[in-house]
Amino acid sequence: MAAIRLGGLRRTAARVRQARGVPKWLLYTGLAIVAFFTVLAIFAPLIAPYGFAQVTSGGVHFPKQSAPSSAHLFGTTVQATDVLSRVIWGARTAIEVVLLAVALSLVVGVPLGLVSGYIGGKLDRALVMLNDALFAFPYLLLAIVIAFLLSNSFLGQGIVTAAVAITVVYVPQYFRVVRNHVISVREETYVEAARALGAKRRTIITRYVLYNVVQNVPVIATLNAADAILTLAALGFLGYGIQPTQAAEWGYDVSRAIDDASAGIWWTGLFPGLAIVLLVTGFTLIGEGLNDVLNPLIRSRRIRVPEIPEPGAAAREQEPA
Amino acid sequence: MSREPVLSVRDLRVWYGTEAEPVRAVDGVSLDLRPGETLGLVGESGCGKSTLGRAIIGLLPEGAAVRGEVSLRGRNLVGLPDAELRAMRGPELGLIFQEPMTRLDPLLTIEDHFLEALSAHEPGLERGEMRRRSLEALAGMGIPPTRFKQYPHEFSGGMRQRIMIALALVLNPKVVVADEPTTALDVIVEAQILGILSDLRENFDAALLLITHNLGIVAETCDRVAVMYAGKIAEEGEARRVFTQPAHPYTRELLRSIISLRTTELSYIPGAPPSLVDPPPGCRFHPRCPDAMRVCPAREPVEVEVGTAEAKQRVACWLHGPAAQIPPGGEAPLARGEIAVAEEA
Amino acid sequence: MARAEGERGSAATEPEAAAERPGAGEALLEVRDLCTTYSLRGSFLERLSGREAGTVKAVDGVSFDLRHGEVLGVVGESGSGKTTLARTLLGLVPATAGSIRFEGQELAGLSEGAMRPFRRRMQVVFQDPHASLNPAMTIGESVGDPLRIHGLAHSREEVRARVAEVLERVGLAPAEQFMGKYPGDLSGGQKQRAVLARAIILGPQVLIADEPVSMLDMSVRAKILELMLDLKRELDLTYLYITHDLATARFFCDRIAIMYLGQIVEMGPAEEIYADPKHPYTVSLLAAIPEPDPSRSVPRDLPRGEVPDAVTPPLGCSFHPRCPRAFEVCGWESRDLRTMIETAWTRLAEADYEAEQAVVGDLGALDEPAELARLPAAEGHTGAEVAAIIERMRAQDPDDPFWRGVAAISVEPDAVSVRFHPGLEPCEVEAGRARVRCHLYDPEASARTRAPAS
Repeated sequence: MAAIRLGGLRRTAARVRQARGVPKWLLYTGLAIVAFFTVLAIFAPLIAPYGFAQVTSGGVHFPKQSAPSSAHLFGTTVQATDVLSRVIWGARTAIEVVLLAVALSLVVGVPLGLVSGYIGGKLDRALVMLNDALFAFPYLLLAIVIAFLLSNSFLGQGIVTAAVAITVVYVPQYFRVVRNHVISVREETYVEAARALGAKRRTIITRYVLYNVVQNVPVIATLNAADAILTLAALGFLGYGIQPTQAAEWGYDVSRAIDDASAGIWWTGLFPGLAIVLLVTGFTLIGEGLNDVLNPLIRSRRIRVPEIPEPGAAAREQEPA
Repeated sequence: MSREPVLSVRDLRVWYGTEAEPVRAVDGVSLDLRPGETLGLVGESGCGKSTLGRAIIGLLPEGAAVRGEVSLRGRNLVGLPDAELRAMRGPELGLIFQEPMTRLDPLLTIEDHFLEALSAHEPGLERGEMRRRSLEALAGMGIPPTRFKQYPHEFSGGMRQRIMIALALVLNPKVVVADEPTTALDVIVEAQILGILSDLRENFDAALLLITHNLGIVAETCDRVAVMYAGKIAEEGEARRVFTQPAHPYTRELLRSIISLRTTELSYIPGAPPSLVDPPPGCRFHPRCPDAMRVCPAREPVEVEVGTAEAKQRVACWLHGPAAQIPPGGEAPLARGEIAVAEEA
Repeated sequence: MARAEGERGSAATEPEAAAERPGAGEALLEVRDLCTTYSLRGSFLERLSGREAGTVKAVDGVSFDLRHGEVLGVVGESGSGKTTLARTLLGLVPATAGSIRFEGQELAGLSEGAMRPFRRRMQVVFQDPHASLNPAMTIGESVGDPLRIHGLAHSREEVRARVAEVLERVGLAPAEQFMGKYPGDLSGGQKQRAVLARAIILGPQVLIADEPVSMLDMSVRAKILELMLDLKRELDLTYLYITHDLATARFFCDRIAIMYLGQIVEMGPAEEIYADPKHPYTVSLLAAIPEPDPSRSVPRDLPRGEVPDAVTPPLGCSFHPRCPRAFEVCGWESRDLRTMIETAWTRLAEADYEAEQAVVGDLGALDEPAELARLPAAEGHTGAEVAAIIERMRAQDPDDPFWRGVAAISVEPDAVSVRFHPGLEPCEVEAGRARVRCHLYDPEASARTRAPAS
């Protein structure tokens, strides 16, 4: 099983290593940005000068809404928290939520798509209708509704709630892409050959269909991650995201910063906003870079028209009479 | 008495660009097509015959480099601007492809196809005359006039191919290039279509370049045949002669490996056709040739003429000399190890 | 016309003379009256209105035996049903009716689970080597998968050893070199060898090969066919060889069945089929094969037209519209009248065609298959004028078999009615050492012909 998993992704990895030109730079730039934020996320306790809700340090209260200075590199907010620390802790929140959401989406969407596409019939029709219904919903509204419902449950208003809300919004995409691909792979000769060998349906789905269908998933996952960050920020902006006491969140910070803007206080909104933009861009670059690398149609642009040398003296040909 | 060739290819090279080394699909091909004759261009997959066909028609993909000369009634088609090529395709050069369904517009009726072709190339014609000529061309292919206004999907595969041929011929071209016209068809329909193509020279006085991998078709329909291997022409001459007295070992072995109704014993050519990116040095067939000599990997063979005065054959093989160009000791048989099965196809 | 020796029967007994192969044993596979029907998905509007789009009888009453140690060829063009037959035998497509007995046990109608043990004994090689192997699995994994599927793999080393052994046997040596490769790294011939390796690793008794070499180059075909013959000898295999190429079938097969539109029209020992083909379709198939012999030219006496639409096959014998030797009882019907008219119009100059076409009404009236065809005249014209046109067409080509099928033409004021002789479904008859489904060899059919039409 592990060998086949490697096999299917090995071809993808090989293509990535062979990437050249624009797609390669897109990919590497995106990776660099995301890596940077991941490092921030992992090492937040070590990098951030203060906690995300910390208002005192060494007995001294932080000034409210003070401009960037040596003590507070990005300034402080109206609640006297350090903007820089909140940006760094916000990175941890964003990465955690998005990773959890993408993982959940994959775990739910891909198997459903596989089963639905391969088995077909009533199950498929039901799932497709459900999927299309979810897809038709305005995504932010859907996220808000789910977040609201879950926040009143045992999950509270934390990271898991936000992740689940985002998952529900994005599962349909994985389901649809995987299902459509499965429907075409299902008709391939090698799948029929597997049936002729006597393979059970479970075997066919996991060994013959799955690894031929997952090539598009990394692209979708990274582009979804980009979108998820925006959705998370939007939830936080509207107040349905993570409770401020539980974690720092960029969207929430931006919403708090709106009032500051009219007073000429720019640092409370700029830095969280910039962080959102950068991380989203990073994921998008990875997604687009991967897409260009894995999608052969676009690769033909890098074909160089060859130079044909003059035929040498040895290749003299006689004219036919 | 030799007539001026209506299509003349001289030292044509077509190389495809890839991300790595270029693929030398056609690497120095010369041939002539005389008025009213049928020339079969035959070879296995990967020998470059389709590329040669496309180069003649001018339909190569991007990333292909062409060098050499393709003269159609005196005009060199290589390097001609697209607009002029388009104007030539139709009245000067008829085309028949393998998959007719992909070449016929599913949204246009057959009538529309014909009217479009005729009005594009012979704008002076009035509608009644266009209709008459179209129906005549179709009737010649056995398509009843009652179906003139139907859509391509209402016809079967064989009938669509007949429509394609009628479309190609309605403009009275002097040269028709057919690229694997019957490969996708059943054997009886194929025989019907081949009968139609055979009659081309009587009914239309058009020269036909028939590109195919099926030697049986070539034997039954073509006047002359050119055998292609690894981007070069191995042998060319009158069909009768090439089939009964093949000069090139590849032709001979290929004929032996064909399974026909009279086959009593299987025979095949060991090894596999070479990569066109890095072909073998010297004669490209030498690794698989049972008659290879020492000179074969050392130097590319020179084309010579063999055969009688009436039935000339051109062949590129050191077995036929010229002796003057073979270095001493070059005629000794080539010693080599067993071809590893890993190279087997 | 050849006559069977007074015998006539359905698919019961095989001529004893066919078992001239030494060691030819009893039947491994017995197929009786097998039918496989597909229903078509209609157009959107049809589905919306709930109307049936039609069914296709891809396999329409096929019966034969596959005997131990032989190579039985099934030859047919597209639309003949040969591929559907293979899929039905393998259980990949459910049979609609009939029986498939493998060593006495009934296979038709079994569930996937019940079929599984039989899959070990009956394996398949498909046509397209480039699509038969899972692109995500290495050759070693693909070839070894059957062992894993059937629970025969007890350890990694054992699987590896058996895979290596079978790879060497099909000529992919050294095996280590190929085990780690992916299908994309191999050539067409090598892939087909790997597919053969995968098929034989379980030690099957029957191998169904669906056009195994038609997608390979000519110089490679001989290699793979030779390999298949070697494997048959070494492993005591029995082959069902499906192809459209009569030339390879002659070389490869002991007995041959010719299929047309879902039915077997002729079946017999290979030598008999080639030396003395009985069914007109077989005759034309043989004539149409291109031979690399420059003294031959393209055959001219080919059947007209192409394989008809399988949704509404011709009445009576399905080959009759194209058959050069069709006669009264072959099943003539209204659609043949339409074909005759259209073909005759193909030979007219445009002006004459226009004139005639104005007289004749809508030919669509003939599309409903019937023994009594009624062709209305166009507005302002009489049935007599239409009848005159039809007579002109008859005079132009009186030898067309169509006219033998016409029993009577009656003229009405505004239409012409053509009544055809009642058609019969052809039965399987014995002729020589072969079984043929053709009225030409059926004494009862010619008796009906001579009887006066009522």
